[in-house]
Amino acid sequence: MATQNTISRKSDMSGQEYQWGFVTDIETDLAPRGLSEDIVRLISSKKGEPEWMLEWRLKAYRHWVKLNDAESEPEWANVKYPKIDYQDIYYYAAPKSVTEAPKSLDDVDPEMLATFEKLGIPLQERAKLAGIAVDAVFDSVSVATTFEKQLGELGIIFCSFSEAVKNHPDLVKKYLGSVVPYTDNFFASLNAAVFSDGSFAYIPPGVRCPIELMTYFRINTADTGQFERTLIIADEGAYVSYLEGCTAPFRKTHQLHAAVVELVALDDSEIKYSTIQNWFPGTPEGEGGVFNFVTKRGRADKNAKISWTQVETGSAITWKYPSVILKGDNSVGEFFSVALTNNYQQADTGTKMIHIGKNTKSTIVAKGISAGHGNNTYRGQVQIMPGAENAVNHTQCDSLLIGDKCGAHTVPYIEVRNPTARLEHEASTSKVSDEQLFYLRARGLSEEEAHHMIITGWSREVFQELPFEFALEANQLLKVSLEGAVG
Amino acid sequence: MLEIKNLRVSVLDIDDSEILKGIDLTVKTGEVHAIMGPNGSGKSTLANVLMGRTEYVITEGDILYDGESIIDLLPEKRAHLGMFLAFQYPAEIPGVRPWQFLKAALDAKADSRGEEKMSIRDFSKLFDEKVEAVGINPQLVKRSLNEGFSGGEKKRNEMLQLEVLQPELAILDETDSGLDVDALRIVAHGVNSMRSPERSFIIVTHYQRLLNYIKPDVVHILVEGKIVKTGGPELALDVEKDGYKQYTSVGASA
Repeated sequence: MATQNTISRKSDMSGQEYQWGFVTDIETDLAPRGLSEDIVRLISSKKGEPEWMLEWRLKAYRHWVKLNDAESEPEWANVKYPKIDYQDIYYYAAPKSVTEAPKSLDDVDPEMLATFEKLGIPLQERAKLAGIAVDAVFDSVSVATTFEKQLGELGIIFCSFSEAVKNHPDLVKKYLGSVVPYTDNFFASLNAAVFSDGSFAYIPPGVRCPIELMTYFRINTADTGQFERTLIIADEGAYVSYLEGCTAPFRKTHQLHAAVVELVALDDSEIKYSTIQNWFPGTPEGEGGVFNFVTKRGRADKNAKISWTQVETGSAITWKYPSVILKGDNSVGEFFSVALTNNYQQADTGTKMIHIGKNTKSTIVAKGISAGHGNNTYRGQVQIMPGAENAVNHTQCDSLLIGDKCGAHTVPYIEVRNPTARLEHEASTSKVSDEQLFYLRARGLSEEEAHHMIITGWSREVFQELPFEFALEANQLLKVSLEGAVG
Repeated sequence: MLEIKNLRVSVLDIDDSEILKGIDLTVKTGEVHAIMGPNGSGKSTLANVLMGRTEYVITEGDILYDGESIIDLLPEKRAHLGMFLAFQYPAEIPGVRPWQFLKAALDAKADSRGEEKMSIRDFSKLFDEKVEAVGINPQLVKRSLNEGFSGGEKKRNEMLQLEVLQPELAILDETDSGLDVDALRIVAHGVNSMRSPERSFIIVTHYQRLLNYIKPDVVHILVEGKIVKTGGPELALDVEKDGYKQYTSVGASA
């Protein structure tokens, strides 16, 4: 009976469930479908890249071809999807009106600005009010960066990846691929070959970035792969908080998103990286949606700290393990995650904490919410290397089930090669209980409000790691994502 | 205000599980009724059924609130009408702050009645006042709702909600159980201070001792799913003296 209710309510709301599902009508400059050395060269020349960048891409491409020939697309994750035809994807799509790069916000296509408006991106004045510098990546080209000047006075560089390649080649050369080499994995190789843009940030020694840096990603063109690449470097003693948001329009075909994020935290620095991932999850019947295959990793040097916080509500499939290599002594790695799967969404997500330095410390709080036919897997690796004296890890994995057709799985890998390490692992699985629901409803909350309150409360440990504005958005997203799951 | 007519209730999906076997009860506006009975008599079931708990099915009879049947109303609708249940075992809800929860409850009620929501500032003031009045540790209410609360703290938290929400009909389900004398006095003080010609109470209790502090207008003895005796406050004293045995089928036939 409960199932019956769910189905009818879903159909009532179809078309309305994914609020961000609109397509912007902008002329797009598309490279032909498919992947070849020529396409890689085309992408590179479109962007006017120097020779060294093209060489790097080509090495990555050749490596990927080998991996592809050897059929080494990763299959170990607990997700199911039809084989991807990599020759049927567009690897480059730039909105036509920005092929001559905009000089300022005034040069940006008004329709595109209207799109960002709909997305609620705090561009222009709203950005200033919110104290956020925004770099918006539309399909694959970075269209507008605010606050560049103010940040420039502090020596902070925050720009699109393409601009960084042109204007800061030494930094890019030094750090690109230093944490996620192009040989790292199938999707990382693919990204390295064809990435079209992304964000770049550099915080000079001892500087505390006074505002939160933010990038908003959006896939607009049908059948387009999005391969953005982000590189953030906090120099010695620097601090930066970086936010990343993602949306994609409603489409019945799958879209591939294979991003790479590299964080470099030099001695005594701190990087806080927050993500709200709201790519189109597919229809309630499981059609379409984004394949989100992402490699994110940071390296923490001496006394440095890297903190990942993610709220993953979107995508048909999420395959993502933001990790920290705790290389320096006393370095700290954190991972806070809420992953929600509803309808036919699948998520296989978690983290890797690789302890190399002495007295390194990592914390993992992973929360998975499964509803509908959603399938949620936490996969995490904690590795203590022989030299990591007195390493400490605390892992907490909680699963929450809504309904009886969803799944939750926990797959921890623990490898300890130093006897002084201390590791704790806690795991729990719970359901929203009838007692809890009745308690809240008896005080006047509707069934949906009650569910939402229970779920956000349960996620609070993670939400409180998010910057305030982002936490509100995350809260709202959970509510929308769970519509139709309750009943 | 509340009329219960020949109410028969079973547990959902379990055969031969009738708990309430034809209850008739009328509570007028402004009255305080006590329902007393031994363990397993159906007291808590009655309290929960009044609030709309779905684990029970009403097989016969009706419940009228201000003359309208409410048996098909969802629990939240009953709350909006002005009903309130102080739980015997309040649920623990991790991560939800009592403050946030109460504000949401108050807002939901205002919304349903087309009234304006209380401002955050006014609510804060009211909340702090009531927290002090019911003697809850202010640190506790900054944490999770009922999580890690002792039995007594949970009951005080129920009283806090009662005082903030100001319902027209408050049902207290064994709020006195597990309380020490100080806490008992606070519960009694809460009820007595809220007692008014516009508000009714149903106090469900096993023991007479709470009734030393709250003087009911009417006392009912509920045994084996039936009200076997109704009387004034003196009835509670009889129970105190002679126990429930005189009212049970075994006791009566002996």
